[in-house]
Amino acid sequence: MDRRTVFDGRLLPWLLLLPQLLLTLLFFYWPAAEAVRASLFTEDAFGQGSVFVGLDNFAALFADPLYLASVLRTVVFCFAVSVLAMAVALLLAVFADRAIAGRLVYRTLLIWPYAIAPAMSAVLFLFVLNPRIGLFGRWLNRHGFDWDYTLNGSQAMGMVIAAAAWKQVSYNVIFFLAGLQSIPRSVIEAARMDGARGWRRFRTITFPLLAPTTFFLLVVNIVYAAFDTFGLIYALTQGGPGKDTETLVIKVYRDGVINQDIGSSSAQSVVLMLGVIVVTALQFRFMGRRTAA
Amino acid sequence: MRARPDYLAHAVLCLGVALFALPVWLVFAGSTQDSNAIMRGELSLVPDLSNLGVYARVLAHGSMGTQPVWHMLMISLGMALGVACGKIAISVLSAYAVVFFRFPCRHAAFWLIFITLMLPVEVRIMPTYAVMADFRLINTFTGLWLPLIASATATLLFRQVFTAIPDELVEAARMDGAGPLRFLRDIALPVSAANIAALFVILFVLGWNQYLWPLLVATNPDLDTIVIGIVKMIGVETETDWAAVMATAVLALLPPVVVVVAMQHWFVAGLTEGEK
Repeated sequence: MDRRTVFDGRLLPWLLLLPQLLLTLLFFYWPAAEAVRASLFTEDAFGQGSVFVGLDNFAALFADPLYLASVLRTVVFCFAVSVLAMAVALLLAVFADRAIAGRLVYRTLLIWPYAIAPAMSAVLFLFVLNPRIGLFGRWLNRHGFDWDYTLNGSQAMGMVIAAAAWKQVSYNVIFFLAGLQSIPRSVIEAARMDGARGWRRFRTITFPLLAPTTFFLLVVNIVYAAFDTFGLIYALTQGGPGKDTETLVIKVYRDGVINQDIGSSSAQSVVLMLGVIVVTALQFRFMGRRTAA
Repeated sequence: MRARPDYLAHAVLCLGVALFALPVWLVFAGSTQDSNAIMRGELSLVPDLSNLGVYARVLAHGSMGTQPVWHMLMISLGMALGVACGKIAISVLSAYAVVFFRFPCRHAAFWLIFITLMLPVEVRIMPTYAVMADFRLINTFTGLWLPLIASATATLLFRQVFTAIPDELVEAARMDGAGPLRFLRDIALPVSAANIAALFVILFVLGWNQYLWPLLVATNPDLDTIVIGIVKMIGVETETDWAAVMATAVLALLPPVVVVVAMQHWFVAGLTEGEK
């Protein structure tokens, strides 16, 4: 990995590194250390300062049924979003990879939604599915289906899952297409000659060969669903009705910024950081294999 | 041999295209219609092109107490450019230092940067806010973009690109008397132009699409980005001027979409190579 030829210099490399190191220390390490510190303290009841409480905030967190419910909700949300966004994307990518007329146009028309912000996806879904002004939302109600995601918790969950998955499909299409294009044509040709066609060829040849892409995307999608959907959920439901769409990130925000419970919010931040570290470590373990392949 | 058209593929792809295009079309069509009609649920999918004036209206005046849309677009543009250019600049420099020099603690410095890959802003909401307050960056434009530019992904990408520059090229340049900064300017940057273009698209979209961060550090409406602005608009339940909100939504979507489509070629190549 190391270069043979390098430049001389002792001060210059540090000057080059300085801006990034400085910003990293200020906006990553300091806040992270601060989160760990704050998670070990609690504000006393009269606001007279904070008291060291050790791991009490964490103990309280994991004894709190509301927190555990939020953990479970987040897991369900992440898997639903990932599976939905990846399944739709894979279907589209497989067909967009075929040699058909206008394939480049199709590709552009499938890739542009990459540019949509998660919060904007929420806005678009509102216009389609809002029970009062949304075109489809009103249609549902007119046809005897009691649709109102602002009141019905499972409908709200379905709505945020759909909006989050919708936004992520194009990202997955890009990667599945790249994955499909990296499968050697000779392998596909050989399968064709052996008589494997259509679904059977996809199931036995294409899909297994896409496994590295699929795994990579699974990790990316889960991280996306867990962290990047704050704006989406906040714009659509604010975590409601009740707490029915309150994922962990929404909860940190509600507890910390709105309810000013710094100790608990910091403990939640620390737990989330550990979560990201585990997922990222997993990703690198398997991505190492991917680049080697 | 000419095969018959692949009808199944066209059908599936058309459905897929419609799945993404229809909501946006609906919003565009809605933006040209009467707000009261939208409220009554009489939204038509045929736009009324005589009402395009709504775009001029929201651009100049905003809607329902928000800033004018052009102002929010400028804040978003500034933030997106700040994030994209800032990140590229500091990442190029740090990756160059790590790849082309040997100095003590080189690996430690790299790891220090690398680990930040694991700390997205969403997991450190509260403490980052406290640090921002200490630096008096709350409610400043600098606060919107500066803290977002430190991250490991771009550094990793440039490290990969710089490592692939052949040793012979470096040797030749040194023999011609080129110093490290000259080499950076005349060789290293030009050969990574395609990667920079790809990264620019990704980071521009990332910056434009931020929601939680501006919500946290900028409570002053003067600093509302367009995404913050539109979510504020839909949050007002009564007397919503839906045509204006929809026009704003279209304007909010347009710039990042244009950037992605215009630079699609570099963007797709860069995304799938860079993040492997």
